[in-house]
Amino acid sequence: MFRGLLNLAAVRGGVHPHSHKDRSSALQILKAPVPKRLYLPLLQHAGEAAVPIVERGAYVFKGQLLALAPSDLSAPVHASSSGHIVDICEVAAAHPSGLTAPAIVLETDGEDKWAPADEGAALTDAYSEDAMTLANRVANAGIVGMGGAIFPAAVKLKQGAKHEIKTLLVNGSECEPYLSCDDRLMREQAEAIVEGARLIRHILKAFRVVIAIEDNKREAIAAMQAAAEPYGMVEVEVVPTRYPMGSAKQLIQQITGREVPAGARSTSVGVLVHNVGTVYAIYQALTRARPLISRVVTVAGACIKRPRNIEARIGTPVQDLIDLCGGFIDKAEVLLLGGPMMGIAMQSTEVPIIKGATGVLALAKHELRREQSSACIRCARCVSACPMGLLPLDIAAQIKQDNFEAAADYGLNDCILCASCSYVCPSQLPLVQYFRYAKDQQAQKHRAAKKMNLTVSMSLAKQQRLADEKQQKAEEKAAKRAAKKKTRTRSKQALHENGIKEAKADSTQIGEAKVITEKTAAEKEITNEATTREELAHES
Amino acid sequence: MLISMPSLLSLATSVMCIAALGALLGLLLALAGKYFGVDDESPLVKEIVSLLPGSQCGQCGYLGCADAAKSLVDGEVGINFCPPGGRALVDELASLMGVDARELGELAKPQLAQIDEKLCVGCTRCLKACPTDAIVGASGQIHVVLVEACSGCKLCLSRCPEDCISLKEEKLSLENWAWPKPQLLSHAAALE
Amino acid sequence: MNPSLVHCGPYAHDGSSVSGIMMQLCLALLPCTLFAFYIFSWPAIFLFVVCCGSALIFEAVCLYMRGDSIKKIADGSALVCAWLLALTLPPWAPWWIGITASFFAIVIGKQLYGGLGQNIFNPAMLARTALLITFPVQMTSWYAPMPFADAASPGFFQALALTFSSVSPEQLNIDAYSGATVLGELKTSLGMGLSVDQALQSVDNSFENSVAMGFDLSRALMGFSSGSMGETSELMVLIGGIFLLWRGIISWEIPVAMLAGVALFSEIAHLIDAQSFAGAKLHLSSGGLLLAAFFIATDPVTSPSSRSGKLVFGSGCALLIFIIRNWGAFPEAVAFSVLIMNAFNPLIERYFKPRVYGRLPNKQALPSMSSFELAQKLQRQK
Repeated sequence: MFRGLLNLAAVRGGVHPHSHKDRSSALQILKAPVPKRLYLPLLQHAGEAAVPIVERGAYVFKGQLLALAPSDLSAPVHASSSGHIVDICEVAAAHPSGLTAPAIVLETDGEDKWAPADEGAALTDAYSEDAMTLANRVANAGIVGMGGAIFPAAVKLKQGAKHEIKTLLVNGSECEPYLSCDDRLMREQAEAIVEGARLIRHILKAFRVVIAIEDNKREAIAAMQAAAEPYGMVEVEVVPTRYPMGSAKQLIQQITGREVPAGARSTSVGVLVHNVGTVYAIYQALTRARPLISRVVTVAGACIKRPRNIEARIGTPVQDLIDLCGGFIDKAEVLLLGGPMMGIAMQSTEVPIIKGATGVLALAKHELRREQSSACIRCARCVSACPMGLLPLDIAAQIKQDNFEAAADYGLNDCILCASCSYVCPSQLPLVQYFRYAKDQQAQKHRAAKKMNLTVSMSLAKQQRLADEKQQKAEEKAAKRAAKKKTRTRSKQALHENGIKEAKADSTQIGEAKVITEKTAAEKEITNEATTREELAHES
Repeated sequence: MLISMPSLLSLATSVMCIAALGALLGLLLALAGKYFGVDDESPLVKEIVSLLPGSQCGQCGYLGCADAAKSLVDGEVGINFCPPGGRALVDELASLMGVDARELGELAKPQLAQIDEKLCVGCTRCLKACPTDAIVGASGQIHVVLVEACSGCKLCLSRCPEDCISLKEEKLSLENWAWPKPQLLSHAAALE
Repeated sequence: MNPSLVHCGPYAHDGSSVSGIMMQLCLALLPCTLFAFYIFSWPAIFLFVVCCGSALIFEAVCLYMRGDSIKKIADGSALVCAWLLALTLPPWAPWWIGITASFFAIVIGKQLYGGLGQNIFNPAMLARTALLITFPVQMTSWYAPMPFADAASPGFFQALALTFSSVSPEQLNIDAYSGATVLGELKTSLGMGLSVDQALQSVDNSFENSVAMGFDLSRALMGFSSGSMGETSELMVLIGGIFLLWRGIISWEIPVAMLAGVALFSEIAHLIDAQSFAGAKLHLSSGGLLLAAFFIATDPVTSPSSRSGKLVFGSGCALLIFIIRNWGAFPEAVAFSVLIMNAFNPLIERYFKPRVYGRLPNKQALPSMSSFELAQKLQRQK
């Protein structure tokens, strides 16, 4: 009964920022030349960092596997071009902290050679393969959510295979200002995207495919409609231009009229959302056996001479892309990775392009939000802008007092960090930073509590083990004495000693087992966290 | 006659009522004291002990976690007495004891043991001393601290004959980096 | 790029600012203010200047004493507050009424609570109510409009004397007609046992020779009647209100709930007993109702932030206005009603929140598809 009523609710809130897309979307995607050096971070995805399997000095071919995914939630890393591995070291990370992260440094030889085996590898018809094989192929290709969510695509496919998926939603809304990489990709690779979507539909056994595009991308809509024409179950749906339309939750609401239940994934309403970039990468992986080694990046902003979209190899330093666009015409106030609403500031131009990099924006001061803020006047613009129906002003007020529990009670955990609230705030309050701060504090507290549980259980295990050993020793002594009294043969003593060794081994095993169970529990939790993070993250 | 009979009567009634009420409340108070009263503070101490890391590390200056819990109840130490417990423990103790954890301000960052690989001789003494089995290694081999299990209790420090174990703050990485609280830059202040 | 400074998004902004909002509010107040200047001539202008000027001085002193930057005065909140306050004062009130009122509004109503955004009560209404109770005579001395065009209207120096030396118009030989407002007259007449019609008749009589002849809707809209400075012309207030709605400075919920509420309650009462209750037309077009509905009750600081909360707040104001106007001791009820609803605001905020995406109104997560289907399946099996 409730559902019927609630389905009437359309997408709430949202804002209409100036799109700034015209300049970059006018030019064709430029294929970037092979850079001298590629920096391939081991952590470009939501889960744990990949484990390198190549040595320093080794020669690698283009597309060769360089680092393995330690778990399902992680993604492998492939060589974006051929050349020698120079180093595995810390390089500037695409992260607001400006910290470094481990990466494989590849000095290219300029030949850009595929591995000989890959060259002529004939692929069987993907439609004749079963879902799991295809999903594994996607996993091995290292594909992650390319709208910025960086959640491994294969995990979503496997999840989807378990649930009944009615709709595959291909997210081409691209609601972030400045970004036009999805727009350009849809214009230039419409057939490939439709084919990719059909392949995913085959994996998921979904009813229909909906390609959602915001109404400000006329050419992309036309191209996709033409490409989808021959297939009945592939529809192109035009959605209104409104930020954050590209957020999975809002797009699902727009297309299906359903809300994803709090704490649940989109699969629970029978929908799976993939970004067009991801769909294209999946197409490449399934039909041409190409791993994810390049992506389209929008380089834009008032400080860039010729804003445009570039197909760049993963690991290309940002500076190279800026140079390709004619360099800076002005000193950039902020250098962003991603869009201006949800993107992050980079501290240097040495940061390499990662799989989730949608854009590189060099913004001038006049394009930015002022950093000075005044008192909140409770104007409630944030309330009407919030697509999640939250009260950002009250949440921020609680966080200001470090009342994290109260903030959670006000719905902090439902916040998708879309930044609509901060965008409209006349007091220019850093609302999003409050939310990020509180979320990180909660996460840290959670982590600390988990660690303490682990140490407590481990110290208990050790105490138990020591007590057991003591008892064993006592028993052994008693047994020795008894044995001495009775037989006094050496052989029996030896037998006892063996027994003690075994017992010792047993007790250590118990300790280890406990650690292992703890660890798996922790991992499971990480899995859950990661999946929710994926839901929260943008697909735009 | 100064006081009339009826008013005297009403005076007597009211006095009696109040007296009866007093007696009843006194009785209730006595009963409450008997049945709900707390003889000793051991339940609270027990509860606190159950929250503590239990590694008996002695970083707080007491012999073990139970001693420390008792002195916390006695008010000798603050709720931030236990470095290995960290922020999570402080918050739990705060809610248990009814104090505001925010007043304590920034807590010391958790410390972790670190073994200098150049100096370690592989004597296994620290292994035995570690209450949480956070140091792994074998005789004659370099020992390594498992970061996720180390509570920073310092028990291994004194055992090392080579003095090669030190306590360091956890290295800042992408995993443990957190957004700082916004420092409000008021418009007027920025103008000045 | 400053490496020591961690930037956080969003990096885009719609360009709005607190001072921008305040400026647009001033702009919206301009029509009714200018009209008030016109019909009440110089004394009104002097009172307005005194009120706003002293408010700015009080604000600056408070900011200084609180250790804040005096430059914050540029946000315009004090100006808007004093402006609104001036519009609710009797136009020919003496200078000290203006200063006391702005002291109440800025110092007690706003800064003592912690400054901008921290006050519980609308500062302007707080000041007006405080003055109404402490200086009832000065606060209810109404004079019929005397536009500049009117030969009898006080000249510049006469007006100076009127505002700054507390002499009555009669002493200055100004042919001013003192008289109650429509609501005041209604209250007095009803109190004397007259019917609504008779009361309105007496309103007519009291203004026999003035420009505002009796109660007439079109005249009320135009505003040639006695009353507070800004509340006489419903039309001018409406122009400002529509401007605010168009600019998105205020949302429709509070004005609509408030006006519709008053109209509904008074019309129902009027239908039941036409002789004791005036109809919606009179209530809507008299007193400060319209000014309050668009400019005062919508004060963001002291009104709820959610849509449902705003509707509740607006209808609460309407109910209180209806009750106080009909049964209260004072003829005008807007200030009291807004203040009372301000007091209820935290409670309304607490209980009227928007429904969160993916959750039921009781905050529980929506049933997921799978469990929903499971239920369906179970039903089918039965």
